Amino acid sequence: MNDRTDELRSAVAAGVLAADEQFGRLLRSIVDVARAIFGAKASSIMLLDPDTEELVFAAVSGEGERELVGRRFPASTGVAGWVLSSRTPLVIEDVQSDPRHARDFAEDTGYVPKGLMAVPLLDEENALGVLQVLDRPQRSRFSLQEMELLGLFAGQAAIALGLLRSAQRARAALGGDGDVAAVAGVASALDALEGSRRAAGLSLLRDLEQVLRQN
Amino acid sequence: MAEQEQAEPIEEEDEELPAWSLPLDAVGGIALEDPLAGPIDREWAIGGATGKSVKVCVLDSGVDPGHPRVGSVAGAVAIRLDEDGKAIAVPDEEGDLCGHGTACAGVIREIAPDAEIYSVRVLGSGFTGSGDVLVAGLHWAVEQGYDVVNMSLSTTKRRLGEALHELADSAYFKRTVLVASAHNMPVESFPWRFSSVISVGSHEEHDPLRFYANPSPPVEFFARGVDVNVAWTGGTTIRATGNSFATPCISGIAALILSKHPQLTPFQLKSVLYQISSNVGGQR
Repeated sequence: MNDRTDELRSAVAAGVLAADEQFGRLLRSIVDVARAIFGAKASSIMLLDPDTEELVFAAVSGEGERELVGRRFPASTGVAGWVLSSRTPLVIEDVQSDPRHARDFAEDTGYVPKGLMAVPLLDEENALGVLQVLDRPQRSRFSLQEMELLGLFAGQAAIALGLLRSAQRARAALGGDGDVAAVAGVASALDALEGSRRAAGLSLLRDLEQVLRQN
Repeated sequence: MAEQEQAEPIEEEDEELPAWSLPLDAVGGIALEDPLAGPIDREWAIGGATGKSVKVCVLDSGVDPGHPRVGSVAGAVAIRLDEDGKAIAVPDEEGDLCGHGTACAGVIREIAPDAEIYSVRVLGSGFTGSGDVLVAGLHWAVEQGYDVVNMSLSTTKRRLGEALHELADSAYFKRTVLVASAHNMPVESFPWRFSSVISVGSHEEHDPLRFYANPSPPVEFFARGVDVNVAWTGGTTIRATGNSFATPCISGIAALILSKHPQLTPFQLKSVLYQISSNVGGQR
């Protein structure tokens, strides 16, 4: 599918998509639930900003939730960067020193996690970001079941993020002065019509479509 | 292998012409010794082996050369894309930008103490193009003729999947064994699914030499990958979980086998791994 078709499809989909704020709440809910499932001190979702090649904290639950949202760091270093680039989940615990993975947390919050679980958020072949769960209780050794649960949960988060990206693309397309915005403007005007004026408008558009297809 | 002192473009290689057919008068000239003669058990496969003279490449985030769990690193390059998007290999001065490559190298060293470990860093030089850098890094590793390449990573890009597939097949025929982490999420990723590589998932036991053949592929073997004490940056150790850490167990065991039986092809090596698996003929 080319970009233009994708934009048009996104624009059409925007009619049934909720607002950014609702997706923000959904992301927040995901990190809240992730934190609760694993009994962890914190959980966060970081999204990739492809323009700056940075990871951006999009939602945080627990430690750092006041300070970290919106913070950025390079997307190709540290544990989160490795997880994003390699598309591979990773769990580390008993971190004693040189906590490179925790630098961003530590600088802003003074909180240095001793361990973290990080999993890539994959929407089809695209890596959207990273879901992290910080400092689960050290009650027992980590299990493969927990790893699987983390992966499944990340899959759900990635679906939500994919929808969010679609909505953001649609909004950008509709808000500009490009082709899609022009088509959306016509669709919006048509939608506001009733009765015979609506029928005439539809007829006009169909005729226009035929003319456009002739060459 | 000459260490690279400066940026070197990664060129397409000239393939040696393969034999396409076998004329009758050539049959006598291709007599082969049977490298698998005799009972294949752990003693035959790895008894007394240390990985000596086997070149193992860690394709990852770099390796901290001074880490006590890793010891000496025989060579280290970083793969980058130049301004024209062309892949180049440069001497890696930065070590490990994450810790992960050091962890993998430490696991290999634990199992095969005398193996020659090489680092090819394919992560850390920017997110955009990281998949292309991964492909270029594998290309480089195959070109260098390493005996084993540890790939505790994957890509989800289908476009790169095709290139990786070709490289994996090329490595297979050049006797470079690719050992790749299986993905433990329900996504399509590469190269672990290819039959020309050895794919590895995790089991929950502690013994680094205990591994299982999977009767239900595409994951082919399960090795120690949960709560593993591994080397990390800054000379530290951590506990870590992931197929990433199971993969270097099999790489290390492959190095042991190849140090005793250097004539084995990747196909034969995989057969030996199967034969000595803990759920087949292994004693561990």
